[in-house]
Amino acid sequence: MAPPAPILQMSGICKEFPGVKALSGVDFRLLPGEVHALMGENGAGKSTLIKVLTGVYDIDGGRITLNGQDVVFAGPLQAQQAGISTVYQEVNLCANLSVAENIFIGREPRRLGRIQWKRMRRRAAELLAGLDLHIDVSAPLSSYSLAVQQMVAIARAVDISARVLILDEPTSSLDSGEVEQLFRVMRRLKAEGIAILFVSHFLDQIYEISDRMTILRNGSLVGEYLTSELGQVELVGKMIGRELADLEKLEDRPPARTSEPLVQTEALGRSGAIEPFTLTVHKGEVVGLAGLLGSGRTEIARLLFGADHASTGALRIDGEPVTLRTPRLAMNRGVAFCSENRRAEGLIPDLTVRENIVLALQAMRGWHRPIPRRTQDELVDKYVAALNIRPADPEQLVRNLSGGNQQKVLLARWLILEPRLLILDEPTRGIDVGAKAEIQRLVAELSDGGMAVLFVSAELEEVLRLSHKVAVLRDRKLVAELPNDDGLTTGVIMETIASGGRA
Amino acid sequence: MIVFKRMSALLLAGVTIMAAAGCGSGGDTTASAGGADDGKITMGFAQVGAESGWRTANTKSIQESAKAAGIELKFSDAQQKQENQIKAIRSYIQQKVDVIAFSPVVESGWDNVLKEAQTAKIPVILTDRAVDSADTSLYKTFLGSDFVEEGRKAGKWLVEEYKDSTDTVNIVELQGTTGSAPANDRKAGFAEVIGAESKFKVIASQTGDFTRAKGKEVMEAFLKSNPDIDVLYAHNDDMGLGAIEAIEGAGKVPGKDIKIITVDAVKDGMQALADGKINFIVECSPILGPQLMDLAKKVVAGEQVPARVLTEETTFTPEQAKAALPTRPY
Amino acid sequence: MTALVRHRLFWPAAVLLLLLAANVAFTPGFLSIEMKDGHLYGSLIDIFRFGAPLILVAIGMTLVIATGGIDLSVGSVVAISGALACLHISGLPDQNDVGGVLTAVGLALGLALVLGAWNGFLVAGIGIQPIIATLIIMVAGRGLAQLITDGQIVTVNSASYKLIGGGYWLTLPFSILIVLAVLALTAFLTRRLALGMLVESIGGNATASRLAGIRSRGLTVAVYAFCALCAGIAGLMISSNVSSADGNNAGLWIELDAILAVVIGGTSLMGGRFSLGGTVLGALVIQTLTTTIYSIGIPPETTLLFKALVVTVVCLVQSPAFREKVFQRRGRRRPAAPQATDDEKVEVPA
Repeated sequence: MAPPAPILQMSGICKEFPGVKALSGVDFRLLPGEVHALMGENGAGKSTLIKVLTGVYDIDGGRITLNGQDVVFAGPLQAQQAGISTVYQEVNLCANLSVAENIFIGREPRRLGRIQWKRMRRRAAELLAGLDLHIDVSAPLSSYSLAVQQMVAIARAVDISARVLILDEPTSSLDSGEVEQLFRVMRRLKAEGIAILFVSHFLDQIYEISDRMTILRNGSLVGEYLTSELGQVELVGKMIGRELADLEKLEDRPPARTSEPLVQTEALGRSGAIEPFTLTVHKGEVVGLAGLLGSGRTEIARLLFGADHASTGALRIDGEPVTLRTPRLAMNRGVAFCSENRRAEGLIPDLTVRENIVLALQAMRGWHRPIPRRTQDELVDKYVAALNIRPADPEQLVRNLSGGNQQKVLLARWLILEPRLLILDEPTRGIDVGAKAEIQRLVAELSDGGMAVLFVSAELEEVLRLSHKVAVLRDRKLVAELPNDDGLTTGVIMETIASGGRA
Repeated sequence: MIVFKRMSALLLAGVTIMAAAGCGSGGDTTASAGGADDGKITMGFAQVGAESGWRTANTKSIQESAKAAGIELKFSDAQQKQENQIKAIRSYIQQKVDVIAFSPVVESGWDNVLKEAQTAKIPVILTDRAVDSADTSLYKTFLGSDFVEEGRKAGKWLVEEYKDSTDTVNIVELQGTTGSAPANDRKAGFAEVIGAESKFKVIASQTGDFTRAKGKEVMEAFLKSNPDIDVLYAHNDDMGLGAIEAIEGAGKVPGKDIKIITVDAVKDGMQALADGKINFIVECSPILGPQLMDLAKKVVAGEQVPARVLTEETTFTPEQAKAALPTRPY
Repeated sequence: MTALVRHRLFWPAAVLLLLLAANVAFTPGFLSIEMKDGHLYGSLIDIFRFGAPLILVAIGMTLVIATGGIDLSVGSVVAISGALACLHISGLPDQNDVGGVLTAVGLALGLALVLGAWNGFLVAGIGIQPIIATLIIMVAGRGLAQLITDGQIVTVNSASYKLIGGGYWLTLPFSILIVLAVLALTAFLTRRLALGMLVESIGGNATASRLAGIRSRGLTVAVYAFCALCAGIAGLMISSNVSSADGNNAGLWIELDAILAVVIGGTSLMGGRFSLGGTVLGALVIQTLTTTIYSIGIPPETTLLFKALVVTVVCLVQSPAFREKVFQRRGRRRPAAPQATDDEKVEVPA
């Protein structure tokens, strides 16, 4: 069967930022009725390509044709009017408006100038029902999970213009059931002849949903492949440009646990967030926190860092009872916390990479004791090199970096404090395989060096691979503490989660 | 989108607070019920606010002369809001006072409330500022200064001062707040008189907002761009006082190198006049109290009063200022 | 050349130069500075001198805006500070007594600090939106100033006090020296010490700053107090310049001019990155504009319109988004990256 004519064709796209060549001569095409994955490491140019396509950036070279006609978009709105809609990882709707209002905002059904609320709600409900989503459309968007919000964004995008749909990392915050639901929707849209551009870091998902993929590396095109004809190992090799057998290998960890406890909690808890739990983290130990989204993983991390106040129980660090009223007090005790929410709770987007990295250290020293510029440069250079932060320009604004590199900047911020307990909340979410392996290896090295790590991740394989012991959470309760011996598998962890530790 | 919504909500909240702050002070009008028939006259007075020294003296004069004349005064301060003033007048109507007097914040929008007073058969006297109602039967009389006449007085002194000279006289003018009645009228009256002779030339005219700081700033700029200034005409004393500092700063002698005419005759201005730094002041008196009480008594007694009563005002030369200063009440 | 155009202070500086050039066209001797009685004297000096209070207030405002806040109360603080100082001096047996004048200055600035700390407490301690929190003193403060002056203009006759706003030292107006000192101090605190980065961090992302261990509460209170202190000094300057305190009119609307100066200087109202140099340029643009109006002789009725037009042009030229749209057809590369990420946040719901 001959492929249908592409609905969208980009050829020879070039884009340069001051000092960075973001895209050089990239070709890309999108066929109607396909799911097309755009692959590449962080900083390979995926986001730039999407932004060039939707008119967020103008292009320095190359051309874009839509349905055979040359197009130039001055902005996302124009692109949308031409039939290209984008749904981002972080849903950009108005959380305080109702679902129906969000779908029809700016184009409400009106008669004689008045909005026909009833008709609007009915149509919104029909639209969502078409995506197999049956919810109360008059409730505010914020009352639904991120997954539902995403579906609403997709429903809106599809209803406005239904030719090309761009999904930029839509799955990174979803659990597996929600991912399935999203995929059902994607398949339905695909059957209607909509071309879907899909970006995700989860290789399994790519293989499950996509028909075809285009791989970018360092702003250049590597090639276009049918998903069914390219194996995972080959794909990873093409993305990072080298053979990475060693990536897969992170040998079983020798039990590095010393007998000395660093952090001990005794029935520590916070009402409404996490039930009292007792947990000990030893020096040099990696403790994994496993559990579903919302099971209390992040809440434990925040309590140990003083980001929230405990309402019950006691906390000891080095055997000394402490009360952590502010993050600062925790930092003084050698605790560092890398939040799962990079954008909202980690980065200062307007500051440079250097400033973001030294921020916590500067906060510890206070405003009146500046870190000498030379010391700053030394520290920053060291960590930019050690963590392979790209571009390796400390004066670049951190907002211009890709997600994985931003994550590394945050890691660097905490590592220069040389903490004794490093709490990592989802440090590998939404970043590519290369960076992920680098971060995993780093965690292993740090713990070998005597640092304790509390590792929170939704990916059980990762937790299992890195941790000396795994604490399992369910329904805001710590239900089990499992030593990572040969008998522990993801299956066992999942069973523990399912049974609530009663087995 | 979200940001915009939040901003507008904030603004709304801001406006509400302002409004609340404004209302709070209007509340003291309902303090006591009006005693209508004990023979004693009750007057409701709705003041503009306390925006200047002139106004404070005006308030004081009214309060003191009411006491002296045995008139019971109900006083309210509108904080320069028409809305508050209307509220105050309505409450006076409800309390059935014998006569209502007020200095309107703005010129227009008074017809309704004045008709209510008329229906309740309560006579109304305007003080200091006029209203633009076509129906002049809505109020008995308007007591206040004639700003045009003040401008004319200033102009006449100037014509007299330079009657022997044929050289061009370069004049700079510091206007009051743009668009306000005193600024418009004082400018017009002055221009009317000096316009008759071509030797008088207004070479620069700019607003000084009735304040010293602004008067000084504008005068400095005048001095820079116009090397030959003979006369300064300032619409009030404060601007003139600021200008004096500017003139001294430029190494000139106020009152000699540059002759200065101002309007108002507040204490600081009179002092400067006595010191010879100002050459002539046209009085704009805030002491409306005695005349107002007089009019009130007549109106309540049903006597005819003229529709326009001018404030008793004079002008001052340095010698007159020296004589008047020790007994000047404000 | 492009590097120059891209510098973030290029546009405000260009506008300032343009305004000065317009003045020279109307008043040929505009740029000349001469010695008179041992003082430097000229229009340029005047711009600095009259702009001094605005620059001071705008410097404080810059830091407040950098934390993501705003301070509407500065105008009232200007009035209060001047009123309190003049009231105290007018009660002195010898108004020229330096000790007495210093006490007055101390009292006024002390009260300003208290008011600023109150603002900061409302914002950082209680969590009231800055625009509302500072509105309280904006409204109530003017009442307080009138209360202090009893609704009158308090006149003082003190040569020592006159020095602050109207005096000269080392041939320069003393007010300019004060501004330079405050500017130097602020630059030192923010750029030499780490205050600037921490403030920018709070304004850039308050939650993240807390989680990075920054004591944002204390810093925010300090910044509001500093802003009020600047306004307090400006109040002393304004009242000293005319030897009188006017509770009703001193510092009226100066908060709006200050905010405008900050914005013209390229600091975002959303908080984060700030530029002290830009703010000073912005304040000078505003003051030069006022001076231009006087020297060109624009009639008072059209003054506001003229100002509004110039300010609109300045703000448009300042906006990278606007420049991008206007200059787009030239096909030149532009530094698009930083603001583009911002656009992304807004565009999607549309």
